[in-house]
Amino acid sequence: MNIIVCIKQVPGTAQVEIDEKTGVLKRDGVAAKMNPFDLFALESAMRLRERHGGRISVLTMGPPQAEKVLREAFMMGADDAYLLSDRRFGGADVLATAYTLSQGIRKIGAWDLILCGKQTTDGDTAQVGAELAEFLGIPHLTNVTKFLGMQEEGKLDVEAEIPLHVVDVRMKLPCLLTVEKGIFEPRLPSFRRKLATADRKITCFSLDDLPDRDESHYGLNGSPTQVQRIFPPEIKTEKETWTGEGEMLAGKLCAFLEEKRFLSELR
Amino acid sequence: MDMKYKKMEQEDFDFLRSVCPERVSVRGEIGEDYWHDELGGIRREPEALVKVLSTDEVSRIMRYAYENSIPVTPRGQGTGLVGASVALCGGILLDFCAMNRFLELDEVNMTLTLEPGVLLMDIGKYVEEHNLFYPPDPGEKTATIGGNVNTNAGGMRAVKYGITRDYVRGLEVVLPDGSVIELGGKIVKNSSGYDLKDLFVGSEGTLGVITKIILRLIPLPKHKISLLVPFPDLNSAISAVPEVIKTSSVPTAVEFMEREVILAAEEFLNRKFPDNSADAYLLLTFDGMSPEEVDLAFHAVAARCLELGALDVFLSDTDERNESLWAARGAFLEAIKASTTEMDECDVVVPRIHVAEFITFASSLQKKHGVRIRSFGHAGDGNLHIYILRDALDESAWKRKLSAVFDDLYGRAHELGGQVSGEHGIGFAKKPYLARSLAPEQIGLMRGIKRAFDPKNILNPGKVFEL
Repeated sequence: MNIIVCIKQVPGTAQVEIDEKTGVLKRDGVAAKMNPFDLFALESAMRLRERHGGRISVLTMGPPQAEKVLREAFMMGADDAYLLSDRRFGGADVLATAYTLSQGIRKIGAWDLILCGKQTTDGDTAQVGAELAEFLGIPHLTNVTKFLGMQEEGKLDVEAEIPLHVVDVRMKLPCLLTVEKGIFEPRLPSFRRKLATADRKITCFSLDDLPDRDESHYGLNGSPTQVQRIFPPEIKTEKETWTGEGEMLAGKLCAFLEEKRFLSELR
Repeated sequence: MDMKYKKMEQEDFDFLRSVCPERVSVRGEIGEDYWHDELGGIRREPEALVKVLSTDEVSRIMRYAYENSIPVTPRGQGTGLVGASVALCGGILLDFCAMNRFLELDEVNMTLTLEPGVLLMDIGKYVEEHNLFYPPDPGEKTATIGGNVNTNAGGMRAVKYGITRDYVRGLEVVLPDGSVIELGGKIVKNSSGYDLKDLFVGSEGTLGVITKIILRLIPLPKHKISLLVPFPDLNSAISAVPEVIKTSSVPTAVEFMEREVILAAEEFLNRKFPDNSADAYLLLTFDGMSPEEVDLAFHAVAARCLELGALDVFLSDTDERNESLWAARGAFLEAIKASTTEMDECDVVVPRIHVAEFITFASSLQKKHGVRIRSFGHAGDGNLHIYILRDALDESAWKRKLSAVFDDLYGRAHELGGQVSGEHGIGFAKKPYLARSLAPEQIGLMRGIKRAFDPKNILNPGKVFEL
């Protein structure tokens, strides 16, 4: 089973500064890392490879320095890596991003399964996976929590959590799955693999390499969403301390949580 | 020096209430938590419990106790493991938990002045907001800094940064007769007579009562990486440690762990560790001011580990990855505890070169004495935490075996040039082992020091050594 895993480079910490005037992330000097949710997709790919064989390719779109997360994927066990990098891809919203990825995947060629993390820690939209599947015309399922094997040739059985239900689904390959956080404990990058893959080639695609070369479909031009303003969320630091007997405090806490509607779902 | 202590009466309680209104409880109404620390088996209700708030209160109480020959035992959060804060002879238990203010952060001298009741975990948070760092990192984060100073606590970062003593610049101390002295200060060097400050660090509340502490801080290292290094067996893992430490930059921490402890933690947390395929692991951490500094440091060590027989070197450089490693590391003790009925611990420290030998020896005692033994911990500083598990043993067999295992462990540690306690202290529980491991002349000098500071032996009596 040949698998493509889509990954993204995101800021290394949650404390990212945003230029209030331009609304642009200050990425300079901020450490970057692989989107933590993608680690679960990559780990899933490696577990599937152990069971069903095949190759794992990782794909990312980003500036040249995004090569770092592809190298990291090599250190975790990926076989091949592709970087979609072109100034004309810049400023892409979820739709343009999904489209660009779909073009990259068409260019890569043969594959059976595409895996994505459930969302990213910077954009948090959780839309790219599903949109990518639509562009490719393949079925998709989100929030996969278990791989249940292949009972039938060409079909993968999975379990997914949808609101209020857990579903077992037989997915016809090729398809796209986004995996839930915690599906497996992701392995750590290996120093041995780092040494072994130091010279491994990363394939770069620019817009001119893709099947669709119409610039209006990519980047800012291809994005129906325009960002009006970006601002850091307000962080509340005020706190309240209650002291007293345990039973009284428990009652008070319960009432407080109900008032704030944290408990409504449980009732 | 055999002192007869005064049994406390109403007038004594009245005095305490006049000094600390509303903050005194007396025998019969003192919660059981205050009868013991985290060492099992030794408990005593104090005659009075006083929640102190200021140096002046401590001073007045000490003077009164001195004049009336009432024993006084200082106590922080009671997280000690050797019974050091148990009021063995009754008397007054001074609770410092509410005396917990940050007094001054001096960013020029890089010092933090605080009261002894501040919790260790709050110090880290407080100084890191100012880009400063207090390196000592004992496992028990809910301990007070007063307790840390009194035991000279160590922790995981000792390999690179040293121990609590290395970060105590100054102390304010109330002596047994109630007088208040200041030792050290915001100064970096000091050759002015005997260093009494260092005498108080690690004195377990037997020489004076610490009421103010000046800590030394350093700039906060912004970048770090952890390496999880699998080895085919424990011996090859531990034997690599001295080599690893001298390879390039010193790691902040070098921990060792065996597969069975990892599996216990996985079960306890219901969560997988990132790797459990090898029999033994080293967990190394490097920190630095820039990614380049950290990269440089770990690369040489990772390569050296492979030469020394490591199966691989796994890298952990993000919050999520570090959390997955350190959550398990943090749960080892609880996981072992959950696997047995009762346990006791020895925290011997041996020279780094003998760590492998000592752990093999400790493991061999399982067969010799028919008792389960587990260990993990600080391979880099030679401070070993060895846990003897009771499992299904009955009371008398447990006591007998425990004592025999301790005798063997402390005996071997002594032969290897080690010491009884690396960071927990002596308190009540380890007194016999200290007496055996130090020369009589040394204990004699300690007695002399104790008498010089506390001629009536009212401060935390019955601890560290027999007077």
